[in-house]
Amino acid sequence: MTAKLAFPHPPARPDQPPDFSNIVVPPAGSLPVPPLDLEARDARALAVGLVRVLDDAGRAVGPWADGIADLTGDDLRLGLRDMLRMRAVDRRMLNAQRQGKTSFYLQCTGEEAIGCGFQRQLEQGDMNFPTYRQQTLLIAADYPLEALMGQLYSNEMDPLQGRQLPIMHSARDYGFFSISGNLGTQYVQAVGWAMACALRGNGKIAAGWIGDGATASGDFHSALLSASVYLPPVVLNVVNNQWAISTYTGVAVGKSETYAARALGYGIPALRVDGNDYLAVVAVSRWAVARARLGHGPVLIEWFTYRAAAHSTSDDPTAYRPKDEALAWPLGDPVQRLKAHLIARGEWSEARHVQAEAEILDEVIAVQKTVEAHGTFVDPKPISPAEIFRGVYADLPPHLRRQRQEMGY
Amino acid sequence: MIEALRSAMDVKLADDPSVIVFGEDVGYFGGVFRCTAGLQASHGEERVFDTPINESAIVGMAVGMAAQGMRPCVEIQFADYVFPAYDQITQEAARLRHRSNGQFTCPLVVRMPTGGGIFGGQTHSQSPEALFTHVAGLKVVIPSTPHDAKGLLIAAIEDPDPVIFLEPKRIYNGPFRGDHSGKSTPWSAHPAGEVPEGHYVIPLGQAEVRRGGADVTVLAYGTMVHVAEAAVAEAGVDAEIIDLRSLLPLDLDTIRTSVQKTGRCVVVHEATRTGGFGGELIAEVQEACFWHLRAPLIRVAGWDAPYPHAQEWDYFPSPARIARALCKVMED
Repeated sequence: MTAKLAFPHPPARPDQPPDFSNIVVPPAGSLPVPPLDLEARDARALAVGLVRVLDDAGRAVGPWADGIADLTGDDLRLGLRDMLRMRAVDRRMLNAQRQGKTSFYLQCTGEEAIGCGFQRQLEQGDMNFPTYRQQTLLIAADYPLEALMGQLYSNEMDPLQGRQLPIMHSARDYGFFSISGNLGTQYVQAVGWAMACALRGNGKIAAGWIGDGATASGDFHSALLSASVYLPPVVLNVVNNQWAISTYTGVAVGKSETYAARALGYGIPALRVDGNDYLAVVAVSRWAVARARLGHGPVLIEWFTYRAAAHSTSDDPTAYRPKDEALAWPLGDPVQRLKAHLIARGEWSEARHVQAEAEILDEVIAVQKTVEAHGTFVDPKPISPAEIFRGVYADLPPHLRRQRQEMGY
Repeated sequence: MIEALRSAMDVKLADDPSVIVFGEDVGYFGGVFRCTAGLQASHGEERVFDTPINESAIVGMAVGMAAQGMRPCVEIQFADYVFPAYDQITQEAARLRHRSNGQFTCPLVVRMPTGGGIFGGQTHSQSPEALFTHVAGLKVVIPSTPHDAKGLLIAAIEDPDPVIFLEPKRIYNGPFRGDHSGKSTPWSAHPAGEVPEGHYVIPLGQAEVRRGGADVTVLAYGTMVHVAEAAVAEAGVDAEIIDLRSLLPLDLDTIRTSVQKTGRCVVVHEATRTGGFGGELIAEVQEACFWHLRAPLIRVAGWDAPYPHAQEWDYFPSPARIARALCKVMED
């Protein structure tokens, strides 16, 4: 026998029917709620299992459901409206890109529950270190849509004055750190921010975000190591949406059972959670945020989900995966599942849902019109080119002053 | 110079609670070059601490802290080891203010011993300054005396933007004039070895004329300022030696004034020649002083080869090489 290399492959390619038979979906409510001071050595079942709250009938069951029994119908309707607003913004902005009004867009379809549910558990002053697919955090932080869309159109309503690729938001007052396109770097920065919170004793926490693909980057491991050494108040989130552009998640996870299980080797407790289950997201986020805030140290959460849309407007997923794979995803759609739960509770109806969708769409279209009036790629109202030089440093050094003059400003 | 650097950090740790110092071996032990010796004992483990051997984590954590308003001053044990942190320095720290339109800033200092002359071989001798001067948003500083080292480091820690602070390790313990026996005199015998107590600042972006002269301008920084002094004595030319101190931003006014006076210029650095900072200096000088020039501009630099061990003195720019360049520009 000689050594042979492994090359992980997805279960199905474009010419095959979707196949998720390799994914084990345990019954909702089967995993316990651990104590807040959970240690990695006691977290194995949570790290290789799947925390689920909503069962197939839309009922909230098990100990994690008990932990969020105080949530009212209003709370859950707010969550549903967050997700519907996100979905409406994504659809409108995708269309705007298709119409040439902006250069680039990137949806989070199928992953709405994760950021929407997590953000509602944070306090003012906590800081997310997101990737480019966490616009849900902004929606659930009630970030003004005018600023969000202004950034996408790079017009004068853009808080970043056209400096960043669309979707690379920055919103300090809304707990949203400036996004970098270089993957993974933010994860260890989140650890540093959390260390500063602890050193200053300000009671705030940080949340790092990374995709399954970027867990392969060095800074994922740098972050876990640093968090393991200094035990700062940080929640380390991995959004496992199965695809890194065209690369199957198996190429990033290798022989590790789950991404959550990776954290155990660093002595960091971890949980794997159904990311399409809004109630599971809220329950686990609330637990993890409380753990971090009370000084029990870092925790990693793997949000198990599926990237239903293309990676970005520059991507065509039909080239590498079955076209209808999203419909076959065994954990369903987060909006449909929360809607079904609310209806089962007698807190919602089909008619109210249709009405809410229409109201939200009207609101999004109205904001879009306002923002587009300030300029799009089709009808540009350019920001001054001199903006290039402002803020490279706090003060303009002589060489940049000369270059700005050379440009004619 | 080690005591001067330590004193700068001591002053800032004492007068600003947001200043924090960390890196490999810098805490309990006080750094492999002893630059942070005693700081943990004086200021506590929350202010001065050891890190894992992970440069990307060191700088990545520091970026996160600085973004919240702390002022981390971190040590990379050798400049040769900075490369795992290059992403965090060049793509994150350097651009955070700009890309967030000022929502987040990065008042961060990354200290690192640089340069050769210590028989450190290829992984303890490199001079990577040009890899940082090429990056918009960074400042790049390199002192040549203890007095400057303290004032520049305090200025760097107080600066609102990220500063790469290169420390020429060959002159940590005394000025080195390129004597191939490796001998150096202690700083106590040098006028710039005198370091005032307490707080003082040398502003970033200001060069210093180390020796006035009429015939040729020598542009140098770090250890090469002292080697150039030896070379000028050896060549017997009336050279003006400018210690740049800050490569970015660059004090072009001082350079221009000198070269327009002398009409000749030799640039000296330890770093590899091709793509080195010397090329940038020569480009700026010819653009600003072309009609004053009496001779071609010359670079004396490290050879474009990995830094050797056994052949250290064949690689390290010697006073004799610099003197030859000085004589050559005087012939033209």
